[in-house]
Amino acid sequence: MIIEALIAVTFLAALVTFVVPDRYAGKAAFALSLVPVLGSLYMWQQYDASGNALLGGSAAFETDIVWLQLGQYDLHWLVGVDGISMPLIVLTTILTTLAIVSAWTPITERQSQFFGLMLFMEANLLGVFTALDFFVWFVFWEAVLVPMYFLIGVWGGPRRKYAAIKFFVYTNIASLVMFIGFISLVFGLGDSISSLRLPEIAQALQAGQLGGFAGLSAGALASVAFIAMFFGFAVKVPVAPLHTWLPDAHVEAPTPVSVMLAGVLLKMGTYALLRFNFTMLPETARSFALPIALLAVASVIYGALLALAQQDLKRIVAYSSVSSMGYVILGLIAYTTYGVGGATFQMVAHGLISGLMFMAVGVIYNTTHTRMVTDMSGVADRMPVTAGIFVAGAFGYMGLPLMAGFAAEFFIFKGAFESTVMEAMPLFTGAAMFGIVIVAGYLLFAMQRTLFGPFEFDGDYEITEAPFHDVAPLAVLLLLTIVLGVSPDIFFTMIQDAVNPILELGGAF
Amino acid sequence: MTPLQTAPVWTAAAPAIILAATALLLLTIDTIDPDTTNNGLLATTATLGSLAAGGVAAWFLMAGTGMESTGGAISLYGDALIVDGMSLFFTLIFTSVAAMVSVASYDYLADEQYQGEFYSLVLLAATGMTLMAMSNSLATVFVSLELASLPSYALVAFLKKNRGSVEAGLKYFLIGALSSAVFAFGISLVYAVTGSLVLPDIAAGLSGADELVGVLGLGVLMIAGGFAFKTASVPFHFWAPEAYEGAPAPISAFLSSASKAAGFAVAFRVFTVAFPLGTISSLGPGGIDWSLLFAILAVVTMTLGNFAAATQQNVKRMLAYSSIGHAGYALIGLAAITVDGGAANGNVLGASMAHLLVYGFMNTGAFLFIAMVEKWGIGRTFEDYNGIASKAPIAATAMTVFMFSLAGLPPFGGFVSKYALFYSAIESGFWWLAAVGAMNSALSLFYYSRVVKAMWIEEPAKSLEIGSQPVGLYGAVVFAAVGTVLLLPGFQPVIETAQTVAAALF
Repeated sequence: MIIEALIAVTFLAALVTFVVPDRYAGKAAFALSLVPVLGSLYMWQQYDASGNALLGGSAAFETDIVWLQLGQYDLHWLVGVDGISMPLIVLTTILTTLAIVSAWTPITERQSQFFGLMLFMEANLLGVFTALDFFVWFVFWEAVLVPMYFLIGVWGGPRRKYAAIKFFVYTNIASLVMFIGFISLVFGLGDSISSLRLPEIAQALQAGQLGGFAGLSAGALASVAFIAMFFGFAVKVPVAPLHTWLPDAHVEAPTPVSVMLAGVLLKMGTYALLRFNFTMLPETARSFALPIALLAVASVIYGALLALAQQDLKRIVAYSSVSSMGYVILGLIAYTTYGVGGATFQMVAHGLISGLMFMAVGVIYNTTHTRMVTDMSGVADRMPVTAGIFVAGAFGYMGLPLMAGFAAEFFIFKGAFESTVMEAMPLFTGAAMFGIVIVAGYLLFAMQRTLFGPFEFDGDYEITEAPFHDVAPLAVLLLLTIVLGVSPDIFFTMIQDAVNPILELGGAF
Repeated sequence: MTPLQTAPVWTAAAPAIILAATALLLLTIDTIDPDTTNNGLLATTATLGSLAAGGVAAWFLMAGTGMESTGGAISLYGDALIVDGMSLFFTLIFTSVAAMVSVASYDYLADEQYQGEFYSLVLLAATGMTLMAMSNSLATVFVSLELASLPSYALVAFLKKNRGSVEAGLKYFLIGALSSAVFAFGISLVYAVTGSLVLPDIAAGLSGADELVGVLGLGVLMIAGGFAFKTASVPFHFWAPEAYEGAPAPISAFLSSASKAAGFAVAFRVFTVAFPLGTISSLGPGGIDWSLLFAILAVVTMTLGNFAAATQQNVKRMLAYSSIGHAGYALIGLAAITVDGGAANGNVLGASMAHLLVYGFMNTGAFLFIAMVEKWGIGRTFEDYNGIASKAPIAATAMTVFMFSLAGLPPFGGFVSKYALFYSAIESGFWWLAAVGAMNSALSLFYYSRVVKAMWIEEPAKSLEIGSQPVGLYGAVVFAAVGTVLLLPGFQPVIETAQTVAAALF
């Protein structure tokens, strides 16, 4: 029941915030958002799952009741968490709360709607990460788009309408393709399943129940479904070359929304890839190892190169997300305990660090009203605390040891080198590692230009240290990054527990 | 049996009787105090009457009145009327829409004359619709169809100083009269061939109609035309945009939700009971395959409705065309019926009925929002809607729910009802019909989201002023929105009831 309570409380918080007067909305949303934080921490403390929820492991806090009986396949309200989803739930609640605090300064109109939508989005995100029935999961998955569309479209920058509609169209088409891919799998399974529960489907696939459908043999159907789902999720991740909605959305979105977008929404894509493609169709995934590894390395390098070419701080961070997500894909396709586990860990680590980076850029923007590298220099002089945390976060991004980013990337590289999916894997890994050099290059370059050197600023604004409530979320994120970097085991143990069953899967086709 | 075992059998028609009595009561109030300005009394009476009828229908449904569990359908007045699960289910749709419309009209009519007439006409039309759902004979079908239609003509033209309203009323009346004539002619042809007007007897009389299959076919076609008029389907749809746009918005809501559902109620019953596909498609050379006819009509109707809606500049007119599109979805219920469908037939028909129920909430709500906007005097085009959300966030949220639900986006009732409908169509083997429906559904997101975008994202015009906060309209709109949302988690009882009662028809 605690999952239902968690989601319901968050929805309720959204409703309450929606009717609170604008003046108090930010504070109210912050106070209310602490409830899901505490709830998720309580869940973490009570967490007793073992194994992978889809592969016969026992999920924690599981509820399974029939929701709709419709023809052959029942729809269940099935929710539960395992080692893959638990860290993401904690990430979601904490990051939402911090994003809400970081929105106090930049959001100056229609606050109650803004904060209400943030909480509404959080509720749906929690649903995405806990749902274990395809239908329930899909409802939440789609429902995340609606608040995001408004958050970008209403409170965004000058080209917000374009960015919002681009985001909406890209991800919606992707969802449609993914939906078709998955449903064709369901039809291929025919009578061997009686509901759309993901564990049931995953186990039926594992047992080799997949038959042909629409003139395709079982193997061909698996490939087609894999490609359709991969495409659908790759847009969300995003994997190059499907990433073009991301910079637009990030640049136009207000800072707190960027934090959510980079911190949690991108992880929906990688989480779904892991849950669907790599867990349900492992053999097909292995057979596509070469193109997937190519895409992963292309995302890493191309994203980093694009970041290198930007003058807008926010664009730099946005493109570097493409690069970081490439590592996740590389880790997933490695199919080793450190690869897949590291990829899952990277989802959390990147959520924290990219959130930190976007917030830091936002805090600087709040004061300077510009994000252009060329418009300022020596800001560290006037905003030492912000600049300090920004630099620390950037080093985390570059993979400084004892920070979460280092642990994640180390796991991924270790896993990818050990990988046996194909012989050339070390080559790809080596190429991907080169991405780190570029990351270091553009981040150091950007910081050197903006933060250090003699103070110069052309605008009319007084540059002073940001208020406490702007800096506090940054400090919390930095702290969490370090904690997670020093002892990654607080998440990595449960992640590995859930990931290992995936690696033991044999080929069914 | 009725829930009260000792009650006389006519009490099974209680929902219709309550509606008719309320209509008469409203007329009585009007007679006692002809120029009454006590709008509250009238609106309350009409609402309570609708709710009472709906409550009784819901009670009957739960008690199993007229269903197999209590001894099967109850037939009244020499088989002229029948009370079964389907008639009760549709009664529930009509009465809930009538209640929302009555509540909303409290504000909408505040400055109008002839309020007593308005409410009694609404209730009379609702009575006619309830009787339509109960009709078991082509004669009662025709009479109740007229009882539903004649008040509607007057209601559309209710704003008699408004040229648009009067013009719409006239157009609606002329096309309605024409289609009534066609419908009556169709009935006479069927009577000539089968020798009966009672639906089951018509089915029995079909077996001897081999030689007259051409006449019968013409009759069936004409009857289908009459239904197409009532449900605003192609090819008798062209009155709908005019009538819905010109009519007072609560009446547009009433017509496009309840009146449309009534057309479907009677079409479902007549075609499945009087012209069972198994019998009629094996008659003479070629037979009469009405499911193919409805399949074509469904595809054309939904596509035409959606494409026309996408090109509109006027929000009310866009909703009118979207309503045509939804008639196309609901037609899938008839189109996907097959000769040897078995349980799948009841499933797809039931899914269509469930969709009509959800549609009753989301579409009524959308039109009532338009009523609110008309009350504010903002304007009619998408541009006029710019920035409404900044002035009236609650109403705009409700409208957003309606738009996304109509488009079939989660997490709203329209998503799951469309899913059930398309899924049932696939189960019946009509995957191409489901595919066309799904594509149309995806297209519809374009024009529905334009309303949302205008309300929330566009900057409001400088002159945008929202005067009053009409309580009744707000209440009705919020009620419809809550209903639309709750129908997602609560869809199971709806679909289960609908499919059970639909299965009883076969």
